[in-house]
Amino acid sequence: MQAFDFVSARSVDEVVAALAAGGERARPLSGGTDLLTQLKEGRRAYETVVDLKRIPELMEIRIGTDGLWLGASVPCHLINKNADIQKMYPALHDSTGLIGGTQIQGRASLGGNLCNASPAADGIPNLIVHSVTAHIAGPNGSRTLAVEDFCVAPGRNALQSGEVLVALQFPAPGKNFGAAYLRFIPRNEMDIAVVGAGASVVLSDDGQTIQSARISLGAVAPTPLFVKAAGEALAGQPVSEETLEKAAQIAQEAAKPISDMRGTIAQRKHLSGVLTKRALRIAIDRARGTSTVDSLGRLNGNG
Amino acid sequence: MAVTEKAMHATNGHTSPPASKPADGYTIIGSRPVRPDGVDKVTGRAIYGADVRLQGLLYGKVLRSPHAHARILSIDTSKAEALPGVKAVVTGADLPTAADKVEDLGESAINLKYLSANILAHDKALYHGHAIAAVAAVDSHTAEEAIGFIEVKYEVLPPVMTVDDAMADNAPILLDGLRTDEMGEMGSKPTNLAKHFRHQQGDLAAGFAAAEVVVERTFRTETVHQGYIEPHTGTAQYNTDGQVTIWASTQGTFAVRNQTSEILRIPVSQIKVIPTEIGGGFGGKINVYLEPVAVLLSKKAGGKPVKLVMSRTEVLQATGPTSGSNIRIKIGADANGKITAAHAELYYEAGAFPGSPVGAAANVVLAPYAIDNLQVDGYDIVVNRPRSAAYRAPGGTNAAYATESVLNEIAEKLGIDQAHIRLINGAKQGDRRPDGVQHTEPIGLLETVQAIAESDHYNTPLTGKYQGRGIACGYWNNWGGKSSATAVLNADGTVSLNEASTDIGGSRASIAMQFAEAVGIGYEQVKPRVGDTDSVAYNDVTGGSRTTFSTGMAAHNMGVEMLSQMKERLADVWEVDAVEYADGEFSGGDNHISFQEAAALIYKTGEPLMVSSTVFPRSFGPGFSTQLADVEVDPETGKVTILRYTIAQDVGRAIHPSYVEGQMQGGVVQGIGWALNEEYIYNEKGQLLNGSLLDYRMPTALDLPMIETILVEVPYPGHPYGVRGVGEVNIVPPAGAIANAVANAIGSRMFELPMSPARVLEAMKE
Ligand SMILES: Cc1cc2nc3c(=O)[nH]c(=O)nc-3n(C[C@H](O)[C@H](O)[C@H](O)COP(=O)(O)OP(=O)(O)OC[C@H]3O[C@@H](n4cnc5c(N)ncnc54)[C@H](O)[C@@H]3O)c2cc1C
Repeated sequence: MQAFDFVSARSVDEVVAALAAGGERARPLSGGTDLLTQLKEGRRAYETVVDLKRIPELMEIRIGTDGLWLGASVPCHLINKNADIQKMYPALHDSTGLIGGTQIQGRASLGGNLCNASPAADGIPNLIVHSVTAHIAGPNGSRTLAVEDFCVAPGRNALQSGEVLVALQFPAPGKNFGAAYLRFIPRNEMDIAVVGAGASVVLSDDGQTIQSARISLGAVAPTPLFVKAAGEALAGQPVSEETLEKAAQIAQEAAKPISDMRGTIAQRKHLSGVLTKRALRIAIDRARGTSTVDSLGRLNGNG
Repeated sequence: MAVTEKAMHATNGHTSPPASKPADGYTIIGSRPVRPDGVDKVTGRAIYGADVRLQGLLYGKVLRSPHAHARILSIDTSKAEALPGVKAVVTGADLPTAADKVEDLGESAINLKYLSANILAHDKALYHGHAIAAVAAVDSHTAEEAIGFIEVKYEVLPPVMTVDDAMADNAPILLDGLRTDEMGEMGSKPTNLAKHFRHQQGDLAAGFAAAEVVVERTFRTETVHQGYIEPHTGTAQYNTDGQVTIWASTQGTFAVRNQTSEILRIPVSQIKVIPTEIGGGFGGKINVYLEPVAVLLSKKAGGKPVKLVMSRTEVLQATGPTSGSNIRIKIGADANGKITAAHAELYYEAGAFPGSPVGAAANVVLAPYAIDNLQVDGYDIVVNRPRSAAYRAPGGTNAAYATESVLNEIAEKLGIDQAHIRLINGAKQGDRRPDGVQHTEPIGLLETVQAIAESDHYNTPLTGKYQGRGIACGYWNNWGGKSSATAVLNADGTVSLNEASTDIGGSRASIAMQFAEAVGIGYEQVKPRVGDTDSVAYNDVTGGSRTTFSTGMAAHNMGVEMLSQMKERLADVWEVDAVEYADGEFSGGDNHISFQEAAALIYKTGEPLMVSSTVFPRSFGPGFSTQLADVEVDPETGKVTILRYTIAQDVGRAIHPSYVEGQMQGGVVQGIGWALNEEYIYNEKGQLLNGSLLDYRMPTALDLPMIETILVEVPYPGHPYGVRGVGEVNIVPPAGAIANAVANAIGSRMFELPMSPARVLEAMKE
């Protein structure tokens, strides 16, 4: 690991200035759980690292009638233990509880998870199904971007030189809303997702019809995948295993995985369908306030 | 006459720890005192290999081959040497020519020529991660930067990664000088097959002809690593007078001394090895990797001490692992389930140099059963993977996995219960091992099967559609080996016990307990310590499940001797004929004094009292274990969950039952990793892809149920307390038990380890 300059920024403007000055050789730091390991392993090298954790906007959790403003650098454990978030944005609760262990959750942020742009990131599919908007500040002012457009390639995001992610804005969930995130890993801890799936639904008042749905997959394409067609196919459909199966089929077809040491193409395509269905079941349970499935989204402990 | 005594209790996470009560007839043995190293370990004060700090210490770093198989054309170290802060650079050219001679390390043996080429490559890089050169510098960053400046020219050769690759016609040859030892006769052609040997008993053809069913299967198991928590380290100081001091985290200080002496051609008398605490070894910390390199660097750096510490990636790339294997097993049985014949062919990948554990595997493979007609063929094959090292019952897990899978298929075909077929065939005193060695003393296999058959676990039915249950048995030879120790009586009535078996699993406690029992004093009065190579006589490695057995025997002998000398001394002082010792009190004539008073009196009235013992037990009690696994398979993901697991093991005599249970549970946990997810994954160039604990998937606490233990005690008559080695046999059955459980759960059998989710999913499709 090489020595670098450390800038402890106190405002967004300071960050933008430091990043613009450093260009390609400068990089922002939230929890550092990705960045520092990459530096230590020599996978990346920077001359300037700009810490974001002392900037109030980036460390803020604000819940209002218009939804949730989540500062980009807020660590997972603060999100995970927030009771309002658990109720309103259950998939966010799922993923912040399974990124790393307790120590990692004390540092790791969702802004870092998103900006690191790993295809297998556990935080991103749920941001997509929660219809999150990214708030970005840069040398040319501020802009917003739908979170599904934020990752552009493995390890690359849509930020331009000098830009920083300030916050993630979640719309108010509305009634009869439910969401879930599930990942498949060979063990029960310590693994990178072989496949991840996020699902959200809005049901009719009687809980029998899916009014709208969003599905997102991780680890099956160069970037986390928003499977728009799967959600659309569910809109207006009755809640039934057949309906979910159809959405799972679409998700499975949309998945374009590679084979690597963590999983094969066939396995990942198969799991895309399985996890979509299971995440949908949990999301529906949550929207209805029922519990028909176990924590893995299985109906009878089996399939 | 065999005395079978079953001390059974299951431990689980919800009950309080079992009472610390000695076994019947003993005052100490069988109780559960606190270990002497406990406080330092839980407070972080214990000194491990990487914690060694010395005045003027330099930090080393090893350059490793990016290629699996390459000829080294040249190494230019000049730029690295020129870097400010760099104090020494060494390569294989700095090593003296090693003798072409085999060194027995207890759990494994190696030709010194190969050992030398393994620690710093000579003319060829033989696996991804093979050490090429090393640097010592003022700090680790400089050392790391410096190895980047070493220029190595390679001629890259095609990698040979598996048994099949290595045995193919026209396979690239790894070692130019290697010839096949074909059942004792040396071949004449270059080869990757180092050795083929055979054990035979009875009439194989007649045995198969008499069978009602015959099942023949081929299995594949992957390379796996021991997975000790502490990475390898080595610190050395080469003094200008030629004296060498090494600080090592090792299973055997004398093994480090001997290997360093042979590789560097320094007399053993000039090398002192000081042990640190050790964070796991499992057989993988017997070979040296870093210590001789640190000595070379220290010598070149003008005698400054040098410390080398591996990263986890280096540990996985270049140390351990144990062999991947191809195993073919054919077993025939009559209609009653009695085995009539068995043939096993074991093809083990030795890694880059000969010396896989196939020899041990050939004894394990059929050992739990009494079989009149058998043949075992073993093959030791070099491939471009790290040189295999001993790993807990080396070679046993793969071998038993194959046998136990086939045995269950036979039981299913004949409609015989899986515990019952093992009772029908189980080996007893008087039966022979595959290599002909006879079990002349009592053995406890059948008792362990019976214990499982009677367990609450076995008698609780499964409840789910995708649940399955499997049994497997296992055998391990164990070992005696040489041990030495001294004991000093202190004036305050305590005893300083100095031994040299590095303590990996609580052996300081179990050795002190045996000493205390023999003398008749409290455990707390004994202060055990693991000394360096200058402090006691030669001592074999902590390995082969021998330490509590052999070093414990030395402790017992010293206890008996110390008590007898104390009685003599008191008899002299009191001028009586005989002195008795009972309930902590010496008495003779009208005199009655406590042990403590006796110690003080002895010090006041004469010379200090010290005893010593050296032992080399040639016979020792083998270990058997039977294990029971319940699994549940997620039919949509292929993920296997271990629902419940019980191990019964013949432990001879549990000196400290908590540490025995710990050994049993630990072996099972490693075996579960082997069964479900652990494997070396290489790309087509032979580069290791999963060189981290993120992707080399050992089980975590969340992947395991509480492992229930049943201690079966069939005392071994050749040990004063009936001890048998308990450290290894527990890892032999798990893969077989889990394979049998998975087959039971999904209704089809798998023939490859690990049974990772993708493979289970495939098997379910078929
Ligand atoms: C032991 C361990 C376990 C882990 N387990 C998981 C897991 O289960 N699932 C998972 O998805 N990940 C896991 N991770 C990866 C990592 O913890 C997460 O991706 C985490 O969310 C990253 O957040 P961070 O705040 O630490 O990011 P950092 O490391 O600070 O930053 C990550 C990247 O984003 C950039 N960045 C950070 N903040 C901003 C910003 N506001 N604007 C612009 N760029 C920014 C940084 O420059 C860097 O490139 C694990 C990591 C470790 C070390």
